[in-house]
Amino acid sequence: MRTLRFLLVKEFKQIFRNRTLLPMIFLMPLIQLLILPLAADYEIKNINVYVVDHDKSTFSRDLISMIISSGYFKLVDYDSSYKRALSEVERNKADLILEIPNDFERNLNRDRVQKVFIAINAINGTKAGLGGSYLSTILKEFNKNIVMELDHSFDGKKALKRIDVVNSNWFNPYLDYKTFMVPAILVILVTMIGAYMCSLNIVKEKEIGTIEQINVTPIKKHVYVLGKLIPFWIIGMGVFSIGFFVISWGVYGIVPIGNILLLYGYLALYLVALLGFGLLVSTYAENQQQAMSVAFFFVMIFILMSGLFTPIESMPEWAKWIAKGNPVTYFIEVMRMVVLKGSGYRHIQNHFLIMMGFAVVLNFWAIANYRKTS
Amino acid sequence: MEKEKVISVSGLTKKFGDFTAVNGITFDVYKGEIFGFLGANGAGKTTAMRMLCGLLSPTSGDATVAGFDLYKQTEKIKTKIGYMSQKFSLYEDLTVKENITFYGGIYGLGNRELKFQSKRLIESLGLQSEANQLVGSLPLGWKQKLAFSVAVIHKPSIVFLDEPTGGVDPITRRQFWDLIYEAVKNDITVFVTTHYMDEAEYCNRISMMVDGDIAALDSPSNLKQGHGVDSMDEVFYNLARTAKRKSD
Repeated sequence: MRTLRFLLVKEFKQIFRNRTLLPMIFLMPLIQLLILPLAADYEIKNINVYVVDHDKSTFSRDLISMIISSGYFKLVDYDSSYKRALSEVERNKADLILEIPNDFERNLNRDRVQKVFIAINAINGTKAGLGGSYLSTILKEFNKNIVMELDHSFDGKKALKRIDVVNSNWFNPYLDYKTFMVPAILVILVTMIGAYMCSLNIVKEKEIGTIEQINVTPIKKHVYVLGKLIPFWIIGMGVFSIGFFVISWGVYGIVPIGNILLLYGYLALYLVALLGFGLLVSTYAENQQQAMSVAFFFVMIFILMSGLFTPIESMPEWAKWIAKGNPVTYFIEVMRMVVLKGSGYRHIQNHFLIMMGFAVVLNFWAIANYRKTS
Repeated sequence: MEKEKVISVSGLTKKFGDFTAVNGITFDVYKGEIFGFLGANGAGKTTAMRMLCGLLSPTSGDATVAGFDLYKQTEKIKTKIGYMSQKFSLYEDLTVKENITFYGGIYGLGNRELKFQSKRLIESLGLQSEANQLVGSLPLGWKQKLAFSVAVIHKPSIVFLDEPTGGVDPITRRQFWDLIYEAVKNDITVFVTTHYMDEAEYCNRISMMVDGDIAALDSPSNLKQGHGVDSMDEVFYNLARTAKRKSD
């Protein structure tokens, strides 16, 4: 295809001459990939806890030191006034209040039952929920220790009956969020670059009027669309590779378990589908502002409905359908499956078929909607 | 002797909603002539031209361009025409040479032809020292001359020029018309819209559009005679005054 060659030479010259676009394409994703995973860590640390201790006994002090030494909590203050604790919550200085009642130690020794009170500041839902459950876990542990201690002092007459649950985390043994998030964030970055750059490109030609000059030539529609798709496909591959090998592997040490060629095969197909989306947007939009707004609207939905942050399984039924109509969902799944789990082709066969569907529909739609004659 | 028609238009109409931009115009353009398309702003010149180039589909009417049907053979027409729009439409971020190569390339010129044409073109425009400069850095007059040369690089039968000399100084306009005459010598028919009445005088025949209709069609001298005036300016005033439509 001689015409195609001329188109490609022209596109690449234009892209590489654009002093603003080029750093955007290559530097932006790298910087974001270094910064964003820090924010996508679900582990909650530095929970501010206010302890109201009415007992001030050995037990209560043991409990408090156990909480602090867990590493998740920061002691705001240690006091005996619930009212003051509450005012700290109101001033947003404390996330949790733990109230230890009078006679905490005595009751435990005598009755072996004692209630403590936890008040949670639920403004930040995630922090409150996780903080509360961390604290309960610590209390349970504390409880266990005490029971064992007391039992021991009763000469072990009463054997302890309980079930211990032991977890082992497959595919990500230390539950490292970076391992889970970095590959997925890379998918998002490649998606953003691809969708925006590609949709803006054709629209720019509409704005400056060069598309009219193209439209009076006998160029074939699909050749023109290919001429727009291929450069961004290559750029997408490049951006992904840098993110994958330099940042994900090099910086975060995430070594893919699965077949890298398989992953690239899927990436290649995904980029065709994604760029088809970008082209489609650009055939509808009249100017760059419109294209940007429309692309932004969809990319936002693509990102948040992709299972990146929250599992799709916990979405309501109707929202699951949106997630299923979202190409990003499939690529994030494939990425996590191949990189973390080492899945092979037969495990992601369906993902390939579905992405093929996206690619065909979006690109044919874009070609059909691109009109040389208005 | 029957002259060969390169454009034949009959009852060509374009409506945008309730608004009839071009109202059933009928005319022929003969091979080798310079056909001037005059009219006030908003009279429908550009719309008519865009239909003939295959950029806009007509609402009704028939037309053949370079022997091809406007409806069924639009893409064939495009191999036979050149077009230069009101808006400058070369790539400002490509060099002079790259623009020539690109457009020549998508019109299907062979490598040797491309090399030859690009050398000839740069020399005839006197752009040797600017050949590797970005087009965006050239003055407007040079850009327009370059755009015209690129529009005829594939030796089309007809070239459509939509106000090619808007905003260009008189000397460059004169040079631009030299390029047009040269194209005519190479058997290219020229279809040109303009607002400059001195340029209208250069045309073989002129059609004057008023409110989407062709109000007059003849050679400049016959038009002047018919209206009993000395200049094309006066012909233009006489005809354009009858317009009911607001100009844009």
